[in-house]
Amino acid sequence: MNRKFLLYASSRKSWALPYLIFAVIFVVVPLLLIIVYAFTNDGGHLTLENFEKFFKHQEAINTFIFSIGIAILTTLFCILLGYPAAWILSNSKLNRSKTLVILFILPMWVNILVRTLATVALFNFVSIPLGEGALIFGMVYNFIPFMIYPIYNTLQKMDRSYIDAAADLGANPMNVFLKVVLPLSMPGVMSGIMMVFMPTITTFAIAELLTLNNIKLFGTTIQENINNSMWNYGAALSLIMLLLIAATTLFNTKDNNGSNAGGGLW
Amino acid sequence: MVKKIFAQTYLWLLLLLLYSPIVIIIVYSFTESKVLGNWTGFSLGLYKSLFVNTENHSLIKALINTVTIALFASTVSTVLGSLAAIGLYDMKSRWRKIISMINSIPILNGDIIIGISLFLLFVSLGITQGYITVVLAHITFCTPYVVLCVLPRLKQMNQNTYEAALDLGATPLQALWKVIIPEIRPGMISGFILSLTLSIDDFAVTVFTIGNQGLETLSTYIYADARKGGLTPELRPLTTIIFLMVLVLLVIINFRIKSVKKKD
Repeated sequence: MNRKFLLYASSRKSWALPYLIFAVIFVVVPLLLIIVYAFTNDGGHLTLENFEKFFKHQEAINTFIFSIGIAILTTLFCILLGYPAAWILSNSKLNRSKTLVILFILPMWVNILVRTLATVALFNFVSIPLGEGALIFGMVYNFIPFMIYPIYNTLQKMDRSYIDAAADLGANPMNVFLKVVLPLSMPGVMSGIMMVFMPTITTFAIAELLTLNNIKLFGTTIQENINNSMWNYGAALSLIMLLLIAATTLFNTKDNNGSNAGGGLW
Repeated sequence: MVKKIFAQTYLWLLLLLLYSPIVIIIVYSFTESKVLGNWTGFSLGLYKSLFVNTENHSLIKALINTVTIALFASTVSTVLGSLAAIGLYDMKSRWRKIISMINSIPILNGDIIIGISLFLLFVSLGITQGYITVVLAHITFCTPYVVLCVLPRLKQMNQNTYEAALDLGATPLQALWKVIIPEIRPGMISGFILSLTLSIDDFAVTVFTIGNQGLETLSTYIYADARKGGLTPELRPLTTIIFLMVLVLLVIINFRIKSVKKKD
């Protein structure tokens, strides 16, 4: 036993042990706690009342659906605006495009809340009303770098002779894009969607600041409940969000065939 | 040609849009008005009061907290994550899969879930939340990125060099220090920088783990401020300084990379 232990301790495998212990305590156990809290009440008894409360609570459901809608629209606009940018970036000379990519990522170094407040000032400046439009616009602002970078990465690695080949074989530019470029860059688009959709769906604070507390997203609902010591209900709402995240992740890995073809941001 | 001009215009227009909020902050850091967007003449007053005024001590304190938390969390994350990556690389595929899965949970989960889950952990353990819990929370969401930064470097490395070092009489620790670390250093550095960025910018996880002992980081300070109805004016010069520092740092790094490449 002792010898076995020494053998284990001297092998490189054991070096992952500290992190494994840390991750179990701070990642796995807390997630289980969310589940435990979601299915119990204040007294610690097993119950489904937290979920019943959610499904009966029209306002919470509306906020939930509204948040998904906002996240989908934000993601869509990020693709529509970000894809051309990534394409142009991947077409320019390597040195120049690298500098430009850095320029696109640089704003992320300014604190996200300060950036959001400055966006509000900008909207006031050009007198854009602070409603849903401003909210989506502000979200696109904050998250578009996360869309551009992974798409740029996959386009960068794409073999350009495919485009010439398709054109030589008689495809018009439209077909070249739809049948060659787009499918090949799909892994990048997929990880872009993950990097934009997930944060927008879980975001809070940003929406309040952008609309001066006029519009509430689901993240804010969760936070309010936790702040008001309704931990069990808050945990149930978190679990619902967690399920949504899991569904998106599964959808994404299935589409990617489990291979991460170099699209990841990091 | 027309196409190219169109493409370039699009790119610069997008950049202009992206940078306009930051430009607004920088421009309005040189005026003394309380409200952002209200120009009352050029002045360096805000810069002065940021450093001199005792009222702004809480802002400076929040800044110091933010930076020290980020440094602590990133250092621990880098050590923990690098060791984990080395161990992970040496494992059988079943265990590797399990640990990789656990590692990807915080990346996918979104800040708010990490924040709430850790909040529930600390609450059920009866731990008073404060500086240490924030650092622990930041380590939790930074380490996975370090692992992801270091793993590719290990894959590129020649595995025999480690065995060779052991055969030639090095202890595992010596082999780690002299063979593996030099190989994975670039990955460790980018993991560290990434952790710093994530930690400094974090709001959602911090707000759930910071407790109510009066501790503030820059993010929670700004949030509380905004809820009270407006940004402390001194945040404008502070943001400007931070942004310019990062800009200068990036330019220096860029130039160094270029000059190293030229030497080669």
